[in-house]
Amino acid sequence: MTILQSLANRDRVFDFLIPDPSPVDVRHGPILYLEDVSVSFDGFKAINDLNLTIDDGELRCIIGPNGAGKTTMMDIITGKTRPDHGQVWFGSRHNLLTMNEPEIATLGIGRKFQKPTVFEALSVFENLELAMSADKRVMPTLVARLSGEARDRIDEVLEMIGLQTERDRAAGILSHGQKQWLEIGMLLMQRPRLLLVDEPVAGMTEQEMERTGELLTSLAGKQSVVVVEHDMGFVRSIARKVTVLHQGSVLAEGSMDQVSSDPRVVEVYLGEES
Amino acid sequence: MHWLAKPATERSTQIFIGVLTAALVAVCLLNLLLPAGHPLHVSTYTVTLLGKYLCYALLAVAVDLVWGYLGILSLGHGAFFALGGYAMGMYLMRQIGDRGVYGHPVLPDFMVFLDWESLPWYWHGFDMAWFAFLMVLLVPGLLALVFGFLAFRSRVTGVYLSIITQALTFALMLAFFRNEMGFGGNNGLTDFKELLTFDLSADSTRLGLFVASGLALGLGYWLCRAIVSSKLGRVCVASRDAEARTRFLGYRVERVQLFVFVVSAMLAGVAGALYVPQVGIINPSVFSPLFSIEIVVWVALGGRATLYGAVIGAILVNYAKTVFTGVMPDAWLFALGGLFVIATVVLPQGLAGLLAKRKRGKPTASAKGVKEATA
Ligand SMILES: Nc1ncnc2c1ncn2[C@@H]1O[C@H](COP(=O)(O)OP(=O)(O)OP(=O)(O)O)[C@@H](O)[C@H]1O
Ligand SMILES: [Mg+2]
Repeated sequence: MTILQSLANRDRVFDFLIPDPSPVDVRHGPILYLEDVSVSFDGFKAINDLNLTIDDGELRCIIGPNGAGKTTMMDIITGKTRPDHGQVWFGSRHNLLTMNEPEIATLGIGRKFQKPTVFEALSVFENLELAMSADKRVMPTLVARLSGEARDRIDEVLEMIGLQTERDRAAGILSHGQKQWLEIGMLLMQRPRLLLVDEPVAGMTEQEMERTGELLTSLAGKQSVVVVEHDMGFVRSIARKVTVLHQGSVLAEGSMDQVSSDPRVVEVYLGEES
Repeated sequence: MHWLAKPATERSTQIFIGVLTAALVAVCLLNLLLPAGHPLHVSTYTVTLLGKYLCYALLAVAVDLVWGYLGILSLGHGAFFALGGYAMGMYLMRQIGDRGVYGHPVLPDFMVFLDWESLPWYWHGFDMAWFAFLMVLLVPGLLALVFGFLAFRSRVTGVYLSIITQALTFALMLAFFRNEMGFGGNNGLTDFKELLTFDLSADSTRLGLFVASGLALGLGYWLCRAIVSSKLGRVCVASRDAEARTRFLGYRVERVQLFVFVVSAMLAGVAGALYVPQVGIINPSVFSPLFSIEIVVWVALGGRATLYGAVIGAILVNYAKTVFTGVMPDAWLFALGGLFVIATVVLPQGLAGLLAKRKRGKPTASAKGVKEATA
């Protein structure tokens, strides 16, 4: 039975043929594991003994007031900022603190930045082409040819993000919301195991927000998704589990209802409003 | 090798190669077929002058490759040009043999003058053409490799990189000025006699060098087009406009920069090697920081990130320089400065920008990103 199954699953038959597509070891549960992470900028502790665990296939929302350290946390995970101390593991095998940005990206962590950054001088199609998972060393990139399969994949993602009609236009002339989607599309092209999405709906219309929510929830399960967002309505509409960050550490964690009735969370948000 | 064939399908490359070929053929015919007195006759003096412009054009293409597409403003490309030139110059010196003023069978005149007993080790091998031509590529390429490796690895970019490229060429200039370096010091290398057995003073050799420069420009242009229209070229543009973003996509930006920088340095070396036999001398002034800045002005005026703009800029500015220095030699630097101001204020996308204005709509690498990178 299992042999038959594995035979049916053709790419598994000769598994030495598979160039180790998913070296990430998630047998022990979490796909991302942060322990006692701290980082300070000129004495200011932006992240303070942060502990965070994301399970494989989870959709996690992270909220918190301005300056809580949400973006800095993503900087640490993606290798942009080195923490002063602490541990950051991807699965149970990869210590992210020993890797640089491209290595981490290749490993399967994709990131959408808070401020959408697309390559403005390139077309929408070319933006997705560059993002596609491929051999990204210099020579293979120089001689790379776009296969029909890759073209199909790009068109598929173009449809998912609803930018088919903008395919050959410069990314620089897209609207803000469209740039956000293009960014998400670029993330999807990399087929990441873990998506870090920083404020995906900032500047979007109600309708655009709804589509973005559908898109993100449809990804969870196959991929793990971490969403940082200020818009409470949006978080409520997609969230299963919410983590509240405050002054660089976790203040509360649980369902949206649990979290929003937590007096400490209320205080932090009310304190900000007053 | 489909990426090398790609430029053949591009309209701009077809036009460029067509115009270049037509110009080369026309100059040859006008030089060979018309009698010297004819108003349309192109004299050998002019042929050599045009050959020099073509070398400058190739150098400008090399600079545009790194500045226009990678966003790396090299203010030291004159150094690679000069090194290619010196490699060629060393070969030409060794070809003189015992026909120098002092008649020494091996040592160039300046070494005899300095009472040197034997050839320094790094002059060995330059009596062989293949070795010298290889060095034309390898010496600039290696310097670019080491320099680029250190600079890009530590992520030195922007103004800082421009400043250290200036420092590089300045340091080399000071070094080459010294007699003890063994490159002829102040006077450099000159009094060449022949190249690959061809007499350098013969009209036919001069025409041949002109054609060779044209071919080198055509091939160099083609190679650069192939690079910038490949996926790697798009990675270059991406890293120029959003370097951090490109890294997050998994590209080793510093390696891409290194690769393109080395290719560019080698092209500059080839340009220098073809330049030297035509002007008949190579001396440390080619290392001067000012010359490297001039190259950037050519590219800025012609238009960045188009490649053909660099060619137009190099030829026009140098033609203007030839005319201008004939009339008012002292005012040239002011004129050059003025041109640069005009380029940045009135024509931010250079002369090529005027051409490109007609075909809008499709994104070009030279579009928005360049403006931001200049700002
Ligand atoms: N490179 C840096 N140098 C100095 N301070 C920094 C740096 N990066 C972040 N900070 C500071 O660290 C704190 C946390 O910043 P961070 O950007 O992570 O907050 P955030 O939770 O993403 O906020 P927002 O909701 O506004 O995006 C802020 O006070 C910020 O000023
Ligand atoms: Mg933030």
